[in-house]
Amino acid sequence: MKHVRAFFWRVVALAILTGGAYGVWVRFTQGLGAATHLNDRAPWGLWIGFDVLCGVGLAAGGFAITTAVYILHLERLRPIVRPTILTAFLGYLLVVVALMVDLGRPWNIWRAMIWWNPHSVMFEVAWCVMLYSTVLALEFSPMLFERLKWHRATRIVKRVVAPLVGLGFLLSTLHQSSLGSLYLILPTKLHPLWYSPILPVLFWFSAVSVGLAMVIFESGLSARAFGRALEFDLLQGISKVMAVFLVLFLALRFLDLAWRGALPYAFGAGGWGSAGRGSYEAGMFWLETALLALPILLVAMPRVRANPQALFACSAVVVGGFLVNRLNVSTTGLDASSGVHYFPSWMEIAVTMSIVVVGMNLFRLAARYLPVFHDATHGSPAEPRQTAYAES
Amino acid sequence: MHAILFDNTKCAGCGACMMACREQNGLPETDAPDLTDRQFTIIKKAAGRDGEVNYRRFCMHCQEPTCASVCPVGALHKTAAGPVVYNAEICLGCRYCIQACPFSIPKYEWTAHVPRVRKCNFCADRLAQGKINACAEACPYGATIAGDRDALLKEARARLAAEPGKYLPKIYGEHDAGGTSVLVLSSIPFAAMGLPENLPAEPMPLLTFRVLSKIPPLVAVGASVLTGLWWFTRRKEAVARAEGRAYGRVDVPAAVPDDARDDTPEDMRQGAPQ
Repeated sequence: MKHVRAFFWRVVALAILTGGAYGVWVRFTQGLGAATHLNDRAPWGLWIGFDVLCGVGLAAGGFAITTAVYILHLERLRPIVRPTILTAFLGYLLVVVALMVDLGRPWNIWRAMIWWNPHSVMFEVAWCVMLYSTVLALEFSPMLFERLKWHRATRIVKRVVAPLVGLGFLLSTLHQSSLGSLYLILPTKLHPLWYSPILPVLFWFSAVSVGLAMVIFESGLSARAFGRALEFDLLQGISKVMAVFLVLFLALRFLDLAWRGALPYAFGAGGWGSAGRGSYEAGMFWLETALLALPILLVAMPRVRANPQALFACSAVVVGGFLVNRLNVSTTGLDASSGVHYFPSWMEIAVTMSIVVVGMNLFRLAARYLPVFHDATHGSPAEPRQTAYAES
Repeated sequence: MHAILFDNTKCAGCGACMMACREQNGLPETDAPDLTDRQFTIIKKAAGRDGEVNYRRFCMHCQEPTCASVCPVGALHKTAAGPVVYNAEICLGCRYCIQACPFSIPKYEWTAHVPRVRKCNFCADRLAQGKINACAEACPYGATIAGDRDALLKEARARLAAEPGKYLPKIYGEHDAGGTSVLVLSSIPFAAMGLPENLPAEPMPLLTFRVLSKIPPLVAVGASVLTGLWWFTRRKEAVARAEGRAYGRVDVPAAVPDDARDDTPEDMRQGAPQ
């Protein structure tokens, strides 16, 4: 049975990768228009809305956990530092890959280093992502150096790790929030349910929330894939912090909507944009809100928190809510003003899914061949003390 | 600064401007109903009080262009003479300009291998030679006229004063989005011509620049706070260890020196267990 399932998933992965490869081939031989449903009214689609906006956010666990351990000295969290750094590093690598497919002239990307426009949010995002990817590569490097037994290199990196983590926190704060600032320039195009002067603040809070959710989510996945889970008491602690950040996010969100007088749109008020409809936006708003609010209530119940399966499900719901939120900002909220309803082509979806598949397999390879999971505080090899998911 | 004044009460919809534009920019004939990557201006029709009104759509050449402010590499910029021009050589193809333009003007070459952003460039070459815009030169009815922006504003005000019943009492582009180099007089609501009437009077780039300009102080404060927290928690942890208490709800082994605590011993693991 186990072999049958593994074979099934291998076939699915292969099908996705084939579709993705075909999509990339069409995109580079016949242009963006042939491979995607992008057009002049919807110039940004799934590859920006999901691969970049969501990808960067999902990797936010990296800066949150490293800051907690290396700046706040929360030693308790040390065992999960490496898996989260690995996730973040792979996440950023894949964001850059996705960007190479989405950019019209990807070979010009280096020019952002020479032609500066400090008035552009995109310029700031580009620089922060470049610098933070370097920071992540350095934070990741000890895993490789240890494997290669390059002891001196390992020691050098360890010596600078605290300032490196601090720099990572600052860079992440800047570009996680700036992904929201990208949309500040669209006051007449983005629907009032999503356009807000505090978009950068909201993006930061939702990124930290989902970064923590991903730590829990991935621990569950790793348990299923290769029987390694993080210590369950750690995950419980993280879930509480995640809930606090979600509460703060939703509080800010609703205060902002009320203050701007945009709440009526949440109840289907039309009259904004040329299309005049409002129920679609309202529906998507409540979907996003419900998916981000429900886990708060669940995690608040000790019985749910004590159940590994339930905690895993909660984290998955947070990830889902986050994806809906980012896609709402990047596509749903722009539908009414653009006058077209953008929905990605199958090739866009295949390329995006391929990137996820590649990411999961790189994680699997790294976890197999590099010292990723270990328990540093006790100096003992990587056997998890409490394999919460191992039997599931 | 050079500008254009378009008055839709004078436009007969003859299409001379479109033809001149095609010729000037070497564009093919097309029957596309809107601006495209090969059509930089178009005459459209809207319902007015006494029959149809013709109006033109083309780049507004903002005084402080949104497209230029969002471009990460500055591929778009406003020249001192007035035109907002594009340099395809350094463009990354991020399409933020297309997304951000409040008038939805820039178009993309979606099927090209080496795609460009395409839009009216205000005949920057002609202006440099001392000529006026091809469309203004071609217009037989004086609906599109070119000249100095201040002079055209004066002319527009004179027209509004002379025939107040004919026009809406507004010169579009005088202040909208911080002012544009294309000014429009109209007998029908501007929104009906695709000109948003809810744009801020301050330049759009301020919306993002206000946030971006907070970054240097934010970084300075953030770095100080992080350093403070690092020092403080490290001290607390050291004290806790010396007193044999737990910090951060974990028992920190007193014997482990900082350096060794930092990460795993190198020879700890080879492959993951199966």
